[in-house]
Amino acid sequence: MTAQEVRLCGLLLQEHFGEVVEKVGTHLLRIGPLSLRAIAHETSTPLDLVKKSLCVLLQHSLCSFEGTQKGPRGVVEYRASCERILRMLRYPRYIYTAKTLYGDTGELIVEEVLQRGHMTMSHAVQTVADRLTHNMEEGSSMEYSEVVSAFSRLVETHLLQRCPSVTEGPLPVASSGGPAASATVPTLSECQTERFNLPPITLKGKGKRRLSNEDNEAEQARGKRARLDDANTKTSGDEGIYWQVNFERFHQYFRDQAIIGAVASKLDQTSSEIVRTMLRMSEVTTTPTAAYTQPLSVNEIFRALPPSYSISRPVLEQYLTLLVDDPMEFVSKTGDSGGGMYAVYVHKVLTSLARATLESVVQERFGSRSARIFRLLLRKRHLEQKQVEDFAMIPAKEAKEMLYMLLSENLVQLQEIPKTPDHAPSRTFYLYTVNPLSTARMLLQHCYKTVANLIVRRLNETKENKRLLEKSQRIEAILASLQASGAEAAQLTEVEEMITAPERQQLEALRHHVNKLDSSENQVDETIFLLESHISSTMASR
Amino acid sequence: MGFKPATICLQTERLNLLSHTVTSAVCRQTVLFLSSAVRMAGRGRGRGRGQLTFNIEAVGIGKGENLPPSTLQPTPLFPPMEHKPVPLQTGEEAEYMLALKQELRGAMKNLPFYIRPAAPKKDVERYSDKYQSTEPTDNTIEWDPDWKRLPRELRVRVRKPLKERALPAPKCAKKPRVDKEEIIRKLETLEKKEEELSSDEEEREKKQEEEEQEGEEEYDEEEFEEETDYIMSYFDNGEEFGGDSDDNMDEATY
Repeated sequence: MTAQEVRLCGLLLQEHFGEVVEKVGTHLLRIGPLSLRAIAHETSTPLDLVKKSLCVLLQHSLCSFEGTQKGPRGVVEYRASCERILRMLRYPRYIYTAKTLYGDTGELIVEEVLQRGHMTMSHAVQTVADRLTHNMEEGSSMEYSEVVSAFSRLVETHLLQRCPSVTEGPLPVASSGGPAASATVPTLSECQTERFNLPPITLKGKGKRRLSNEDNEAEQARGKRARLDDANTKTSGDEGIYWQVNFERFHQYFRDQAIIGAVASKLDQTSSEIVRTMLRMSEVTTTPTAAYTQPLSVNEIFRALPPSYSISRPVLEQYLTLLVDDPMEFVSKTGDSGGGMYAVYVHKVLTSLARATLESVVQERFGSRSARIFRLLLRKRHLEQKQVEDFAMIPAKEAKEMLYMLLSENLVQLQEIPKTPDHAPSRTFYLYTVNPLSTARMLLQHCYKTVANLIVRRLNETKENKRLLEKSQRIEAILASLQASGAEAAQLTEVEEMITAPERQQLEALRHHVNKLDSSENQVDETIFLLESHISSTMASR
Repeated sequence: MGFKPATICLQTERLNLLSHTVTSAVCRQTVLFLSSAVRMAGRGRGRGRGQLTFNIEAVGIGKGENLPPSTLQPTPLFPPMEHKPVPLQTGEEAEYMLALKQELRGAMKNLPFYIRPAAPKKDVERYSDKYQSTEPTDNTIEWDPDWKRLPRELRVRVRKPLKERALPAPKCAKKPRVDKEEIIRKLETLEKKEEELSSDEEEREKKQEEEEQEGEEEYDEEEFEEETDYIMSYFDNGEEFGGDSDDNMDEATY
């Protein structure tokens, strides 16, 4: 965990869960595994608040616990997970993807599960049905069965998975004599075969519409009865089976989308469709960190092509040959059986995408000529100063200045090759080189810093205009209540005029700034995803 | 031969430790370092300027070339950018994700997972603090996690929603009108007082809190009862008292 990551994690925790959880979380991230008492003591937070924060962190799987043998009776240690906390930045992207794939129902299911960390299927179905019913017009309501089917579809494509379940297993007793202590620490184990098995549940009914405030008393009386009903329907057959979002699968989907987009922009639409078909066929058979997908024969690809793309068999083979011959190496031929076996070279595509990101960063920050030097060094690996000037066709003085600028930003490194053992500078080669992996890591840290800065700036802007924001919220509330109770237009305009025109402008400017900052966070997160995928793919292939 | 050209060469690339700005000032700093090395090298010897321990031509600075003047202050906090950034992506997808992000942020603040720190104590302790409930920042949790999945030491009481606690309170307000019931209740509370004292001690010893929820409700109510000999409904805040004394200001002279 670098300092930038810890800072960003702290800001994310603060935004979503408040300051107490942030303090506990950042302390755990910085120090490492700690026990409950140690956390309370070192962060000087009351024990109860620490307990609550740990419950929240555990609920959202941002933290894990482990029973250790330290101390006289064994102590439970908690460990925060930096990577998992950084995923919180990507939540809107997950929800949007679910919407594009499975419509509003899927979107709401994923949103609910993300907001609550993990939940049972019945609870999720009920909450989502209620929300959908609330947005539908009067009189109609959402059937539970529809939501259940959407949920099952999400589980079938592995976008949702079961949480590790509790197994029986008491801690081994360390003290001498004494009866065996009952389990103070539950052991959670993940069962691979059961990860995507839907439990049989009996859920019949429709979503309940939330009543307006006018029926308060009736609602209270009904509410009590409904609570009794809930107590009866709570045992709907899936106690203890919790579902959480499977981030790996979502990342695989994003990766596939990136690959298809790259192919579409480099070649054409049909090639991208072919690659999409190949990726779809190898979705469940390929592990997320594999360098190649499973090899597929031309026959299989031909059969699996979508009917809207009716291309003939020879044309398909021509497209595949084109893809293989392309210098980007999207697809590679792994054999000749079945008309030719082809596999998508995932690792290479990710590397190319990361490289393109690096090049565009250099171009936007330093200009196109520096970008030319950078690309040259990426291609040719090691070059002397003179060679750089010649190959890049840039005058010596400017080339020198640009190289030094890149060197000072650590995008380019200097490698010495001594001719004599005493490293005399007149008899040593000094070569400029680019190390793509370490440059990608450095850029990733910059991205984390960027997002942290964006969040800090947004918090600062809202804090400066806090008074104005509160005033506008109060006026909106007054307006809403007036409209609900049917006031005349004159009263409404009178209330609206309580905000003066310059204040309105200020509010508008604030809203514009906050939107811009939020939007930037989302887009920096896309870069973060590309770089992280590249780094993990490279580390896995080593 | 004590010189180390390697370190000096490599230090040009470690200049990023000094600053992160990207302007030609950086180039100047490269040369600043070299020229200061030149000066420092010259200081020890005292003869001839520019006596460096390595060949300066290797780094690319020719003989007698005009070096830019050295900077004597840190680089500005917001240096002018030579290349403006590319505008953000717009479009339906970007706007939808933006709306999602803001809604998610707002929704998280209202969920029970958002933990607020304990409210700071007001300047003076008010008598009514005992009888008016403040924000629940004590050892209760507002949602019901699955305790089987969590270590036992994390267990805290689950706070029931306010609605349920408000319902029994007006019910009890009607009862004391009857005298007999009042006495019976007083006797019961006195009995329970003794029970609670012992149960309090037990609770403090145990780490785990295992109260049933109904017992918790009654406990809180009885605690309120215990503090005074007066019935809750008869308690007068004294807020209406002030209005009467406005007419008789003469009484206050002593």
